Amino acid sequence: MKATVLVRPKPGILDPQGQAVESSLRHLGFQVADARVGRLVDVELETQDRDEAREQLERMCEQLLTNPLIESYEIALEGA
Amino acid sequence: MSERPRIPVLVFPGSNDDRDAARALEQLGADAPRVWHTEEALPRGTAAVVLPGGFSYGDYLRCGAIARFSPIMRAVQALAAEGGLVLGICNGFQILTEAGLLPGALRPNASLSFVCRDVELVVETADTPFTSRCVTGGTLTIPVKHGDGCWFADAALVAELEEAGQIVLRYAPGTNPNGSVGDVAGVVNAERTVFGLMPHPEHAVDPLLGSTDGASIIGALVDAARLSAAALA
Repeated sequence: MKATVLVRPKPGILDPQGQAVESSLRHLGFQVADARVGRLVDVELETQDRDEAREQLERMCEQLLTNPLIESYEIALEGA
Repeated sequence: MSERPRIPVLVFPGSNDDRDAARALEQLGADAPRVWHTEEALPRGTAAVVLPGGFSYGDYLRCGAIARFSPIMRAVQALAAEGGLVLGICNGFQILTEAGLLPGALRPNASLSFVCRDVELVVETADTPFTSRCVTGGTLTIPVKHGDGCWFADAALVAELEEAGQIVLRYAPGTNPNGSVGDVAGVVNAERTVFGLMPHPEHAVDPLLGSTDGASIIGALVDAARLSAAALA
């Protein structure tokens, strides 16, 4: 089963990459109020069981894919 | 053995300050073997351990996030749990925060630029085994060289750390090179046995390279390791 994990800097965390992107977008003439840069991890799991996949992905996020102090995550399973 | 306490320096794939750290430790009186990250145990007689600077695992995912799962880190966790001394410098600091041995997290510098220069540090407390050769309120000149040195903790955690005297080093007012919260440059755990800092004391132990202020931190660690090795003997 395929899944995508979106990792975002938590609100209030300084995100200099997002600020640089926002400023660049403005230079290009886009009316942008804010931009934040996170990370996307595509994972292909062995299991076909959705609940099991979700449970595994949550553990992956807590152990490795995110640092809970500074990042939040969102899990999207294929075919949702 | 207690005369030259054994302070191994860990080497992860991508570490690059391990030689300087080992050299500084040797120069200041320690026996500093380098230990590859796949080892499962620290050398016999280890009195303290140093996690050096560098770019372990290419800084992939987050700095230190992958190195914290290296086999040797179990031994480091065990040493720390027994009250053994652990010093993390730069990438070593990042690894220790990721491993949950030190509070806070390290994020990309606010400038997004790599900074490489001498900085002035204020010693917030000399009451740690790592700053016992310093004076509280005194200053040290030690170089930084990092892209991800912006230490972050939320306001509640910062207040708690300040209250407990766990903020050990700050960048001198107006000189913060990375945007860290509260100008924090180095923190210690609640037990005062695990210390991490972004500046590189191992690069400031020889007059040839300018400042020798780093010797007060490395030297204090050697002093403390010698005492703990003597206590164990």
